[in-house]
Amino acid sequence: MAMRKVAVVGAGMTRFVRRALETGKELSYEASKMALDYCDLTLDEVDCVVHGTAPDSFDGVHMKGEYLSDGSGAWRKPYTRCYVGGGTGVFAPIHGWYHVASGLFDICLVVCEEKMSSCQPHPQGAFLTIFDHTTERPLKPNLLWIFAMEMNRYMHTYGLKKEDIALVSVKNKRNAADHPCSLLGDANITLQDVLNSEVLAWPVQRLDVSPVTDGAVALVLAAEHVARRICDKPIWIEGVGWNLDTAYWTNRDLCYPRYVEKAARMAYEMAGITEPRKQIHIAEPYDPFDYKELHHLEGLMLFDRGKAPEATALGITQRNGDLPVCPSGGLLGVGNPIAAAGLMKVAELFWQLRGEAGARQVPGQPRRGVAQAWGDLMQVGTVAVLGV
Amino acid sequence: MTVKIDKFPGVYLHESDFEQGRVLYNTWDPQAQYAWDAGIAIGRYLSELKQGHLVGVRCNQCRRTVVPPRAFCEWCFRPMDDWVNLPDTGTVNTFSLCYVTWDMQYLTEPQIPAVIDIDGTRPSVGIMHLLGDVDPKKVHIGMRVQAVWKPEEERTGSILDIRHFKPV
Repeated sequence: MAMRKVAVVGAGMTRFVRRALETGKELSYEASKMALDYCDLTLDEVDCVVHGTAPDSFDGVHMKGEYLSDGSGAWRKPYTRCYVGGGTGVFAPIHGWYHVASGLFDICLVVCEEKMSSCQPHPQGAFLTIFDHTTERPLKPNLLWIFAMEMNRYMHTYGLKKEDIALVSVKNKRNAADHPCSLLGDANITLQDVLNSEVLAWPVQRLDVSPVTDGAVALVLAAEHVARRICDKPIWIEGVGWNLDTAYWTNRDLCYPRYVEKAARMAYEMAGITEPRKQIHIAEPYDPFDYKELHHLEGLMLFDRGKAPEATALGITQRNGDLPVCPSGGLLGVGNPIAAAGLMKVAELFWQLRGEAGARQVPGQPRRGVAQAWGDLMQVGTVAVLGV
Repeated sequence: MTVKIDKFPGVYLHESDFEQGRVLYNTWDPQAQYAWDAGIAIGRYLSELKQGHLVGVRCNQCRRTVVPPRAFCEWCFRPMDDWVNLPDTGTVNTFSLCYVTWDMQYLTEPQIPAVIDIDGTRPSVGIMHLLGDVDPKKVHIGMRVQAVWKPEEERTGSILDIRHFKPV
């Protein structure tokens, strides 16, 4: 296939907050404007716009992609909104990538926004319809059930303790203390704080979960000939992958995310990665729950199955470790405005690989990173590999 | 965030902003109602539940026997071949002790959702249901359980015709 090289040339981001004064449109505008200013582009120069945002029911707005379109700079441009649940934040730049890689457009603005706080009394209400309406919903399930059951299965399969998993939450919330946009950064949090937090749905406790958040993130993607002209150090999208597993979630073993592995294999093959553990220098796996970071590191084949907790305990995944994981602070620390949280991970790779992440900078001039998001009924994996 | 930028948009609203009337907002309560048709496969599943039977389906090409039933095999993309009567017993594959409702109201007694691998399925696959008649502290993965059915006259053709699963 003749595909063009595509680079990220600019990024912008709002603060991640529990409830923002700004509307979704205003958040989208702020992030988009910052991303364009970053690479000295005006909206006139943008050929197409991609928007990623989670369920309409969060906002109570039908087709909220259209509602948010002016904030994303989309009027009178080719515009699409994509939505693959929690995987949207990493899928949106993939969607933008194929717009540009195909040769159809030279510059694509990718915007992800989420305003979860609008949904009352709690945005979990918007997720109740995720369950099968006839065979599951009569049981009155809530969203925490499936994650708690997946976590329990993971712990049981590999003989893990809560302590092994809670270390992820400690690491990410500490990392986020260095992120100026973070909601839950805490440089002093301890393992005991996480283990003593209230039990929501055992084994899930309060500090094992990422918070309800409002926020927006935007990226500018450009074709190679444009990127080299307007950017001193373009960060290339070297590989992309996505994959969906069955919605019969009780019919598969929850201890391993096979769909993440399949998405990763697709992305690695495109990027020419044969030994991910040597060739990837930073990982930003999706971490809405602490066990998910571990689960996804294994799915991304960066650690053997069941071994990511041990690597975490050894400090390998710390910012100054052999494989820094979620140096941004992740969803557990920076916050989890669903689609925006996934795109924040790609933006973090952009800043890290350019060497301008400041206090969060991973040492040793990292040259390649992987970002991944996940969602739906624990069944979708989206993966992007970025490199210098 | 990059070191090249030092001012970030996004205004954090606090509870006090609402209590003291510093911000304006608007509310709406949607009224949405639905009637879902059970379909061919789940329709039969529900009518069998009403009779007090648990049934699955089998695909002779991939040789799987699965539950909940489906009209077509999603792997082989062809119609399922046979209906299979399954016992109402199984093994706890995973579970949670849930102390909150969806809107974060606290429960003193936990709900115990579980994935229960149903005996007779190949490879072993499960359904989601609740556990009951059990001390939450004693629930464990691998526990053998059996369906507790509602009395025949109370069954309506619903997954709730099984009240819950209890230890054998």
